[in-house]
Amino acid sequence: MQLEGWTIALIALAGGAVLAALIAAVTLFVVNRRRSRRFERSVSSEVAFEAVIGIETHVQLNTRTKAFCRCRNEYGASPNSHVCPVCLAHPGTLPMVNEEIVRKGVLAGLALGCQITRQSKFDRKQYFYADLPKGYQISQYDVPLCTGGHLDVALPDGSQKRIGITRAHLEEDAGKTTYTGKGRLSGSEYSLVDYNRAGVPLLEIVSEPDLRSGVEAAAYGAELRRIMCFIGVSDGNMQEGSMRCDVNVSVRPKGSPTLGTRAEIKNMNSFSAMQKAIEFEINRQVALIRDGRGHEIVMETRLWDEQKLITYTMRKKEGLADYRYFPEPDLPALSLSEEYISEVEASMPELPAAKRRRYADMGLPAADCLVLADELPVADYFDAVLVGGAPAKPAANWVMGDVMAHCKEAKIPMDKLPLRPQTLADMVKLIEDGTISGKIGKQVLPDLLEGKGSEGVKKFCESKGLVQINDPVKLLAIVDEVLAANPKQLEQYRAGKTKLQGFFVGQVMKASKGTANPAGLNKALMQRLNESS
Amino acid sequence: MFGHHSWEITEQYLQQLEAAEPRLRSFITVVADEARSQAAELDRKIASEGGEGLGALAGVPMGVKDSICTKGMQTTAAAKVLAGYVPSHDATAVARLKAAGAVLVGKTNLDAFAMGSSTESSDYQVTCNPWDTERVPGGSSGGSAAAVAGRQCAASLGSDTGGSIRQPAHFCGVVGVKPTYGRVSRYGLIAYGSSLDCIGPLATSVEDAAIVLNAISGSDEHDATSSQHAVPDFAAGLQPVECFASRPLSGKRIGVIQETMGKGVSAGVTDAVKRAMRHLEDLGAELQEVSLPTYDLGLPAYYVIATSEASSNLSRYDGVRYGIREQGDGDLREMYERTRKAGLNGEVKRRILMGTYALSAGYYDAYYKRAQQVRTLVRSEMNRALEQCDALLSPVAPTPAYKIGEVADDPLQMYKGDLMTINVNLAGLPAIAFPCGFDTVTAAHKLPVGLQLIGRAFGEADIIQMAHVFEQTADFAYGVPSV
Repeated sequence: MQLEGWTIALIALAGGAVLAALIAAVTLFVVNRRRSRRFERSVSSEVAFEAVIGIETHVQLNTRTKAFCRCRNEYGASPNSHVCPVCLAHPGTLPMVNEEIVRKGVLAGLALGCQITRQSKFDRKQYFYADLPKGYQISQYDVPLCTGGHLDVALPDGSQKRIGITRAHLEEDAGKTTYTGKGRLSGSEYSLVDYNRAGVPLLEIVSEPDLRSGVEAAAYGAELRRIMCFIGVSDGNMQEGSMRCDVNVSVRPKGSPTLGTRAEIKNMNSFSAMQKAIEFEINRQVALIRDGRGHEIVMETRLWDEQKLITYTMRKKEGLADYRYFPEPDLPALSLSEEYISEVEASMPELPAAKRRRYADMGLPAADCLVLADELPVADYFDAVLVGGAPAKPAANWVMGDVMAHCKEAKIPMDKLPLRPQTLADMVKLIEDGTISGKIGKQVLPDLLEGKGSEGVKKFCESKGLVQINDPVKLLAIVDEVLAANPKQLEQYRAGKTKLQGFFVGQVMKASKGTANPAGLNKALMQRLNESS
Repeated sequence: MFGHHSWEITEQYLQQLEAAEPRLRSFITVVADEARSQAAELDRKIASEGGEGLGALAGVPMGVKDSICTKGMQTTAAAKVLAGYVPSHDATAVARLKAAGAVLVGKTNLDAFAMGSSTESSDYQVTCNPWDTERVPGGSSGGSAAAVAGRQCAASLGSDTGGSIRQPAHFCGVVGVKPTYGRVSRYGLIAYGSSLDCIGPLATSVEDAAIVLNAISGSDEHDATSSQHAVPDFAAGLQPVECFASRPLSGKRIGVIQETMGKGVSAGVTDAVKRAMRHLEDLGAELQEVSLPTYDLGLPAYYVIATSEASSNLSRYDGVRYGIREQGDGDLREMYERTRKAGLNGEVKRRILMGTYALSAGYYDAYYKRAQQVRTLVRSEMNRALEQCDALLSPVAPTPAYKIGEVADDPLQMYKGDLMTINVNLAGLPAIAFPCGFDTVTAAHKLPVGLQLIGRAFGEADIIQMAHVFEQTADFAYGVPSV
């Protein structure tokens, strides 16, 4: 029985690891310095720069329960109310994969045109922090669930750009730490940890470094958010952190094949903030290079300050962090059948781009398509109004106009609006067929928005005396009444004072209280006026 | 139980437990009062409802290794960092014991976090071998083995990552079963090497061990690595000796692993094992030599894989949520360092360091990845051998129980003692260790020697059957220590 030499070596070398890590860190530092010095020689103010931007997006999946235990996945609950021995990493507890995270991950991957990995697995990413209960995060390292997709982004100038998706993988969120005192770790007296978020499922979506400006990045983020919401895998709420973007920015002389040193920016809670942060960062880096201080651009994480509109250093990266990834032994490999993937694919809802195309094919202007297919509740509402039989353009105008304005003002999402889409469709149809005027529509809409009119829009208008009178007999009756009341003017008109036509129009309109079909009423009036009596 | 009241049986064991405990120190926690009231409750139930529907372990006093979580009962894994930790959850195996009616008498000692082979690495106490209290009971389930051998409880649960049930069973002269990986849920077992850890029973007879294994086996919705494999009745067909055929093991082919025989094995162990082999042949078994050339590679591969997983599994003991906390001067990192420095002992730290090193960037391929490749080799070689044989045979460890302090300061010597059991964990196979005789060569004291039979995956029933036949026919192998 011989003991292999390397067990002994292992014990002896354990102490040497620290030294090795130090050497690695120093080497990396030197390489970084050299790389940035290259720029300093070649820069003049003539040189044009371009930015190279890649985005890592953490999308919280809106599953009912957490990724690996049965605790509720819910934002805003009182601290540490959605926790259990598993997500608090009590001794002996084990993770179980929530099937819903796999389904939503696959759906998202398919929506981004990714390949779905048939044999995927989970890994442990290890680091110490108080809000990371196990001391490791269950993630996916070298075999992600989704690889090689793309996202077509519509830019404000009307052009389109395809952004590559490197990969998308499943992982769990950490808890949330609150620091007392100065609002950060150093200087705070103590910190509080809320583990409600610990174990909440995330899909991390990594883009290729295909983006070149803040505008492109913001458009990418918005479209990605739209897709995640439209397919129902996330609520995409950036304020609540259900969607978080980490942006990697570097600059280089335009046309250069090499990459500059990149900085990572975090802490942007809207796409406009992301755009501003990127623009600031590009300008900062270009200015440093132009100033001969390119070496001051270092690998680091920077935070966006929404008040001061600047990015600032959070931490320098001294060498690459060693997360000591290794396969999660508590979870078997994730094996997906062709049937499963086809089944998920078959459940794919209509994507935003397809919606925009469909609206455009109905003849709606591009601007309308963007507005209607921006938020899922609006698109769903609009689609339901169409299903209700309303023609596209007037339906679009009502939805984007009065209805949307009301929702904004009353702060109700469109899917919670008391006005049923069918009711709105009925109203639009009544206007289109002339039963009511657009003016009447505007008059009754406030009531309808509050949910009134359940008896039917037509009846509701009638009950308010607002239905347009189209019946020629009824119109003639109104005209006759007016003529009878104004015999003098009638005589003058018939005597040739045809200017009085305007007077009669005003009178009959007044008499009909605005409910008469204007064209029909005018026709009836002219008929009577020109009758030879 | 036949004719006895449950409280009488429990009382008897508790008295022995309390009488022997000052010398053995098998238990970290004893719950005598709870055990008594549980037994009394059972008696009331039997009196009012009759014996119908009682579980297979109704009224059986049992010990549970302190690395297995017990709801409302302190669970420390014999580590200081978990001092005072009271789980809010039962391990699945414990919940199943309770459902079968077992009476829990306490939590047994182990090497802290099951890292060790002698139970000397417990942060609480050193457990003594009931056969010779100057010797170790083995480890890491040393408390579970000593408690059963010392008749402080009728049976116990241990856990086996690299031999931690089988080696103490061998040292203490009791039966220990390491089931197939996935046969028994790991939920609630404080993790050491997750891909290797197994919960299993220790008992005084093969049949008792089989009955306990029945109770704890089967898939579990809390453990994704638990197997859906059907669970047979392991105790079925374990007939009394009167019913045996004249050559009850005829037709059974048993492969003797050559790499475990001879060099490095003590004369006393060799002698007892050889005698047992002859007895097996007398019973009709056909013994053949089997060579597993990769056998020696298992030990280093095991220590890379187990320590890598351990380095990760033990990250959670940070003083934040449970267990002890040593406050720093306002710095989180300092709190971690102080807590872990105070709460984890030298052996635990050594293994965390080794595992951290093996998983580090630049070393991963040379250590962790290579160890996984070795594991695949070891597994396929053992499975191939099991296509030819019904079981593989080897000693459990190279020596019988050694003296307290004899090996404690020599980690490599300690690790080498695991050589014969480790490959079974790497391969995920089931194995049983059972008494096969006594060391009559070296020992001044009578020291038991165990035999190991390794079975096919999910073939526990086969090796249990063979061990039972041996046990029922080999009076020379059995004895009770006087404690």
